Amino acid sequence: MPYQQLRYYQAGTFVVGNRLLPPEQRSVQARMDRSNTLTCGHRACRGCGEALGARYALDAAMRATKGQMIAANATGCLEVFSTPFPESSWQLPWIHSLFGNAPAVASGVAAALRAKGRSDIRVVGQAGDGGTVDIGFACLSGTFERNDDVLFICYDNEAYMNTGVQRSAATPPAARTANTKPLEGHPGNEFGQGKNVPLIAIAHEIPYVATATVAEPRDLEAKVERAMELRGARYIHVFVPCPLGWGSAPHDTIRLARLVKECGLFPVLEAERGEVTSVSNIRRRVPVEEYLKLQGRYAHLFEPERDDEVIGRLQEIADRNVERFGLLADPEDARTLPGEATAQARVDLPLPSPGSGNGKEAS
Amino acid sequence: MPSGSLEQLEGSAAVARTVAGCRPEVIAAYPISPQTHIVEGLSDLVRTGELAPCEYLMVESEFAAMSACIGASATGARAYTATASQGLLYMAEALYNASGLGLPIVMTLANRAIGAPINIWNDHSDSMSQRDSGWVQLYAETNQEAADLHVQAFRLAEEISLPVMVCMDGFILTHAYEEVDVPRPEQVDEFLPAFAPRQVLDPDDPVTIGAMVGPEAFTEVKYLMHAKQMQALDLIPRIAAEFAETFDREAGGLVRGYRADDAETIVVALGSVLGTIEDVVDELRADGVSIGALGVKCFRPYPLEEVREALGGAERVVVLEKAFAVGAGGIVGQNVRLALAGLPVTVYDVVAGLGGRPITAKSLAGLLGDVLSDRLDPRPLHFLDLDRELVERELERQHAGGRPGPHAENMLRDLGIVAARSH
Repeated sequence: MPYQQLRYYQAGTFVVGNRLLPPEQRSVQARMDRSNTLTCGHRACRGCGEALGARYALDAAMRATKGQMIAANATGCLEVFSTPFPESSWQLPWIHSLFGNAPAVASGVAAALRAKGRSDIRVVGQAGDGGTVDIGFACLSGTFERNDDVLFICYDNEAYMNTGVQRSAATPPAARTANTKPLEGHPGNEFGQGKNVPLIAIAHEIPYVATATVAEPRDLEAKVERAMELRGARYIHVFVPCPLGWGSAPHDTIRLARLVKECGLFPVLEAERGEVTSVSNIRRRVPVEEYLKLQGRYAHLFEPERDDEVIGRLQEIADRNVERFGLLADPEDARTLPGEATAQARVDLPLPSPGSGNGKEAS
Repeated sequence: MPSGSLEQLEGSAAVARTVAGCRPEVIAAYPISPQTHIVEGLSDLVRTGELAPCEYLMVESEFAAMSACIGASATGARAYTATASQGLLYMAEALYNASGLGLPIVMTLANRAIGAPINIWNDHSDSMSQRDSGWVQLYAETNQEAADLHVQAFRLAEEISLPVMVCMDGFILTHAYEEVDVPRPEQVDEFLPAFAPRQVLDPDDPVTIGAMVGPEAFTEVKYLMHAKQMQALDLIPRIAAEFAETFDREAGGLVRGYRADDAETIVVALGSVLGTIEDVVDELRADGVSIGALGVKCFRPYPLEEVREALGGAERVVVLEKAFAVGAGGIVGQNVRLALAGLPVTVYDVVAGLGGRPITAKSLAGLLGDVLSDRLDPRPLHFLDLDRELVERELERQHAGGRPGPHAENMLRDLGIVAARSH
């Protein structure tokens, strides 16, 4: 069939406007019938990345499961701002038990559904980075190793925001938090600490692991959709900026989520059964500085004087990610939209084919 | 041998088969002695398909076990777990959550001491540490009763929508072989209706469970938990009576007296030690002593009126308990004193059987002899068979200054259990 190849450059950000896409590929958020799983009226801060991430992810999951879904939520911002008694923003069956047990609660829900023969109802567990990488980590690893039929989503804003911005194992080096202040020669959070839970999840060889950012909702949606096609333990780690905890402007939430990927500090990738199957290429590489300087938590790296050494060490981390995950592919690849491989495989539309590079088609 | 008749069984096996007869849909458990034989038995029954449909989750901790039960119960499944000792403490946060959410989970607790020093043997320090967690606590005296209490526990839990803990003495009951009449599944079905949850995670009718509650309603939610436990005080005897009708044997209830009606001295205890106490009561009765016993079968909710009724006419009450509140005194004792407030009854608090130390008829007879002849001061907390010399030697070492080292190892060395070596 003859067709004219579209060039998706109009938006300048490499984000494709929904009106340029065929209806099947438009974002769940662009649909009149989206479920508004986390509906309006909640108490999240202005510019909250977690609220966006949760809405994108759960609306996509609700669409994929035709509304047959149960969510188990850890304690944290998301739980607190969404359920001030007697109100609730949740338009799906939702349970909050404790801070550290959301994966186990989700496993229990999944077990109950299996015992009742209700495999049509799916389970999502969700938590912030504290509830995932720290206090909930043992339960998370248990859910993974048993391959329980749970999609667990971590909304990572890189610290304990609900308690007043304390360091978690997901806090990046040099970041200022309430207990990693840049005092007496300390650069903020220490270098050489912390853990990469997406890689640990991949090491469990579970059916599906992905990372995503709230800057690319269609990519996040595509990953949720892919996760919902599979059974067993699945994990999606979503990067969600926090204006309050990061000292960033609420209007910079999406920009920061884009820059963290474009500078290489947060690799966006997919893995199945222990193997990385695709990475989202950096489209226009930026130095980490562009990402850092928008955030109060890194202000000490620029004032009163520029700390080239620490900025350099952060750049090294980004450089290592770029090399390790092959985040820079040939220019042809740069035209491939994140999540496009998945979408294309499903609807078979005449879009540019993904490059050979690191991308392996998910199907 | 057909089920329903007497069989020689290990207590754990009797409990496993009884629990299976209650048709739990989700079991989540983590192994800890002396609970292991119960969950191993259930794992077998799930694997052979004798217990189906049922999902058995081999979780990574007791915290996860209780958490998975919370998720399962909130999804409308009958959920069960079993633990002991450190395991109960490790799930403590989730225990309060299960009761706060009003989820009717049933758990077997194979009572075991809490460390340090680490000790696998029986006492009640685990269940007593969670007495205010909002769980109903039932205590079994025999393996038959342990089995029967589980059938009642599911019924009770689901009728009031609260979690129930069936406490059975670790090793003393869990690992003892005796004759048990395992409740027949068809009788259980008659006695225990299908689980009809009061709240359920259902996509067709979505609810939010576990919302945040501030000062405007927190007191009321907590009041309701208490009110439900008070309701259980009426329900437990009714369920026990119905059980007796269906199964043709007694089990459970709130309290049970033994030759206590006219007794001047009454010994109060929980769990399997009641058997030994009753033997000693019989011996003393044969000598003409006016003595009886009272078993507290349900410690939470606390049957204050029933305890007062049963003990109010006595002159002396000896509370024999397998745990104590360090720095304060007896736990059951404090509750007994509360029940007897304003009555001229002397209450003696005696701690016994800690960490598996046998409570012998001889020691009990000696203790009761002291009580009956007014040789025991009712004010301080007493410890049955305490090796005072051993304690004093260690105290001397500690007072001598320097670095005397860890208590437990020093004392074992004194006893010759650890090979002697000099510092």
